[in-house]
Amino acid sequence: MSDLTDLYQEVIFDHNKRPRNFGRLFEPNRFAKGFNPLCGDRITLYLSVENGVIKDVSFEGQGCAISTASASLLTETLKGKTEAEAEAMFQDFHAMVTTDEAQPTEALGKLEVLSGVREFPARVKCATLAWHTLQAALKNQQDPVSTE
Amino acid sequence: MTAAAATKPEARTGYDLARVRDDFPILKELIHGKPLVYLDNAATSQKPWQVINAERDYYTHLNANIHRGVHDLSQRATDSFEGARGKARQFINARKNEEVIFVRGATEAINLVAASYGRSKLKAGDEIIVSEMEHHSNIVPWQMACEATGAVLRVISISDSGELDMDAYAKLLNERSKIVAITHVANALGSVTPIKKITQMGHAAGAVVLVDGAQAAPHIKVDVQDIGCDFYALSGHKIYGPTGIGILYGKEALLEAMPPYQGGGDMIRTVSFKKTTYNVLPYKFEAGTPAIAGGIGLGAAIDYLNELGLDHIASHEHDLLEYAATLSRDIPDLKIIGTARDKASVFSFTLGRIHPHDIGTILDHEGIAVRTGHHCAMPVMERFGIPATARASFALYNTRSEIDALFAGIRKVQKVFA
Repeated sequence: MSDLTDLYQEVIFDHNKRPRNFGRLFEPNRFAKGFNPLCGDRITLYLSVENGVIKDVSFEGQGCAISTASASLLTETLKGKTEAEAEAMFQDFHAMVTTDEAQPTEALGKLEVLSGVREFPARVKCATLAWHTLQAALKNQQDPVSTE
Repeated sequence: MTAAAATKPEARTGYDLARVRDDFPILKELIHGKPLVYLDNAATSQKPWQVINAERDYYTHLNANIHRGVHDLSQRATDSFEGARGKARQFINARKNEEVIFVRGATEAINLVAASYGRSKLKAGDEIIVSEMEHHSNIVPWQMACEATGAVLRVISISDSGELDMDAYAKLLNERSKIVAITHVANALGSVTPIKKITQMGHAAGAVVLVDGAQAAPHIKVDVQDIGCDFYALSGHKIYGPTGIGILYGKEALLEAMPPYQGGGDMIRTVSFKKTTYNVLPYKFEAGTPAIAGGIGLGAAIDYLNELGLDHIASHEHDLLEYAATLSRDIPDLKIIGTARDKASVFSFTLGRIHPHDIGTILDHEGIAVRTGHHCAMPVMERFGIPATARASFALYNTRSEIDALFAGIRKVQKVFA
């Protein structure tokens, strides 16, 4: 049986209470909006990308503890990564939260705390909202992405 | 004071609550190892053995297509299905069986009226009036009708307590008002609307009035003749019946004048490539093989409600709602969304900065099922400036101890997020 503490780990509470890189970047050159219509979560992700490298990243918006912590952790992990690395992390992250077999890869680092989400199918979209928004931001896609 | 200490004996109910709970087998399920506390009744209600057995008996003894077979089994199935229509007619006090159309649910009922009546009658510039607290199913079909005809959607505002602004309604009504489509009980807030008065005002302006009764039918004795409305929509699965079956009531003269909604078998009298003629009411609006077992199950659900008495059910649910409101005063962060004076069975709330989705997951781990989100009423969430609420909704089988469990769960949520 899934345990609540698998989902709500201390790191998640910490990032929910004090989200890192929260607010609008001074001069983003990419951004995208994400929306989870099921629970009303909305985030906007701002990126500053130079020569294929994510120099800076921030987010703003409102959501549940899982979506807020996931977005906060994403911003911490992405700084300094190339676009290709970010895309690969999206795939790894998605596999980690949706499949039982997939083990967290080393590249995911502290994002591993979100692996408990896979025991809570109703919450997977909360964890992946920021990542779907990231994909849209990398493509600089202006239409809001939706998890539905 | 803790929630456990607040436990009071069950209030006196007009029926034997323990026996009634035995009628609902699902209430014995365990969720995450804990007894199910089912408080998501506004989404769908649980089914008693009487309904489950009616469906099973149909498939075991009666299964045949209706309205066409000369064989005995088909006749028996037809009698049973049409018998259920008669029960539904009595349940809402319609004049005739012809005015009771079986549909998939309230959503299809509203879509039927919007597509058939709306698209055939509306012209550019005509106005359809809805309220700010409608379910999406009483907004979107009208928006689609507006797109098709050039009609315009007008919206009655609601107060901070979740009551319809009747002055605003009066101001919206004019000679262009053609359809008024209003809920009887608001699904996200529980507000009961003054539906008879709304209907009278709509009629005085020359509009036809549709009432969305999906949330009202489990709690309020519906009398379509007393209300005077032109259409009334309800879902079987919210009144302890099966999913996939519901009722559209419509006044005979209006239904007669309306074009069919869907074409197919059963809704025709004769078909030729030159000219097809349509069947009489109610069959004109029932194309294809209907949910026969569902209709019979709905008849059983109506029998069940009649046996307990809707007035007894309503007073029991009101007691639970009052009890929940009392317990909530001990939790300063808990804010009830929807505090209309006349309110049915819905306890929608927010809890400080804790997101309803997190509340829902933690309550689920205590075996407590509530709905979290926008409840298919996004304009209501926007009105209150919140992304979502947690909603506990009560039914005839819920108990005060289950409300105690809910509040113990809410305290656990606060502890986890402390």
